[in-house]
Amino acid sequence: MGLDFTVVVRNLDYLLWGRLAEGELGGLLLTVIMAVSAGALSLLLGITLAVIAWRYAAIPRKLLFLWAELIRGVPLIFVIFWLYFLVPALFGGGIPNALSVILALAWFSSAAIMHSVLAGLQALPCSQYEAGIASGFTEFQVLRWILLPQALKNLIPSFVGLFASLIKDTSLAFIVNVPELTMVASQVNSRTQLFPTEIFLSIAALYFILCSVLSLIARSISNR
Amino acid sequence: MIEFRDVHKFYDKLHVIRGIDLSITKGEVVVICGPSGSGKSTLIRLVNQLEILSRGDILVDGQSVASLRSRSLRQLRTQIGFVFQQFNLYPHLTAEQNITLALRKVLSITPKDATLRAVELLERVGLADKRQAYPAQLSGGQQQRVAIARTLAMRPKILLFDEPTSALDPEMIGEVLTVMRDLATSGITMLVVTHEMGFARELADLVVFIDQGVILENAKPSDFFLSPQHPRTRQFLRQLLSPLHTAND
Repeated sequence: MGLDFTVVVRNLDYLLWGRLAEGELGGLLLTVIMAVSAGALSLLLGITLAVIAWRYAAIPRKLLFLWAELIRGVPLIFVIFWLYFLVPALFGGGIPNALSVILALAWFSSAAIMHSVLAGLQALPCSQYEAGIASGFTEFQVLRWILLPQALKNLIPSFVGLFASLIKDTSLAFIVNVPELTMVASQVNSRTQLFPTEIFLSIAALYFILCSVLSLIARSISNR
Repeated sequence: MIEFRDVHKFYDKLHVIRGIDLSITKGEVVVICGPSGSGKSTLIRLVNQLEILSRGDILVDGQSVASLRSRSLRQLRTQIGFVFQQFNLYPHLTAEQNITLALRKVLSITPKDATLRAVELLERVGLADKRQAYPAQLSGGQQQRVAIARTLAMRPKILLFDEPTSALDPEMIGEVLTVMRDLATSGITMLVVTHEMGFARELADLVVFIDQGVILENAKPSDFFLSPQHPRTRQFLRQLLSPLHTAND
């Protein structure tokens, strides 16, 4: 059986950026935008929560753990569904579906990032904390300048795993009609009918390239 | 300068410091020695409140450390330099950045002035060429000298040393002791926990022997080494000075 990739070439612009010309972002570009913004948000939220859990070991930490447990206990697709209905209910209509998916992904990933970062902070020798405190730093200065830079660097491999999952999980956005890469690929497939193998192999390759780029970026940060 | 008044420290039920009274005047170099687990490290960690006092008080420059909180406590800590047994340099920063970090973030010194001070101090500890080196690229002795430079950069009134040479290979102890000797003769108040009896004999104004959280001996080095009063001190000195011949004592 010969493979004919001309279908991919012919629809390449649609796969890469959807109906961008008509003002509707889609395809690979939308996938990247969703992954990057969800990643950045989850990192911000996850680190903030980890800092709170680190600093306030009593009740706040237990509540955060419970919250993380709840998130991890439900399938991501549910979280996407909830936010799809919840965000418009809270902020009124007019919120793009892609945004509610970004929030869902960020929320979902932030739980894992919180646990990683907290573990990373706890893994540092407490002598680092003491050295900072003895020099007159506040606890938050110790975190900001001494502990977090070390912990985050150690956690880069763990973040790469999390963000690779996040990139691939953007494909779940199809259930709320977001025209990201997988969605537009299905559309092309439905339209042409004859080339599912070629289309989805190419899509898989695109996801693979995205994740590889992530690894490369992570490695260059690590080596700095 | 530093006055311990009936100082006690408990870890839960464990009573590690049991009523210590000690006065140290400005410019004095005091060596604290004693067997491991005697509470000597805990004692100096109480001065800058790395450990919280359980009872009693410590006066630093007439100021009670037990009553200090947040801002005033941090203020005090900037005036007390602490040198750790394991150096505790920040591994993600260069030697120079290790020194400038607290200068910039705690003392709000401009980056330019902070760098100038770092360069000057690295020179003073003989490591002018190691400015850009990371701790992992330095030997133990070099790391400890950077740590001392980091401490001195804050221009403290008091220096606390917690077994600064115990984690070093024997051939590196000398370079650290040399730096400490220069400091001891510079007139800064020093409280040194160490087993380096040579340092104590030569440079201390006072040698304090602690066992099980109590001061057993508090004397000038000449008296301490030549005519120790307490039998436990005599036994400790024998073990320290000729360990081979005292194993069965």
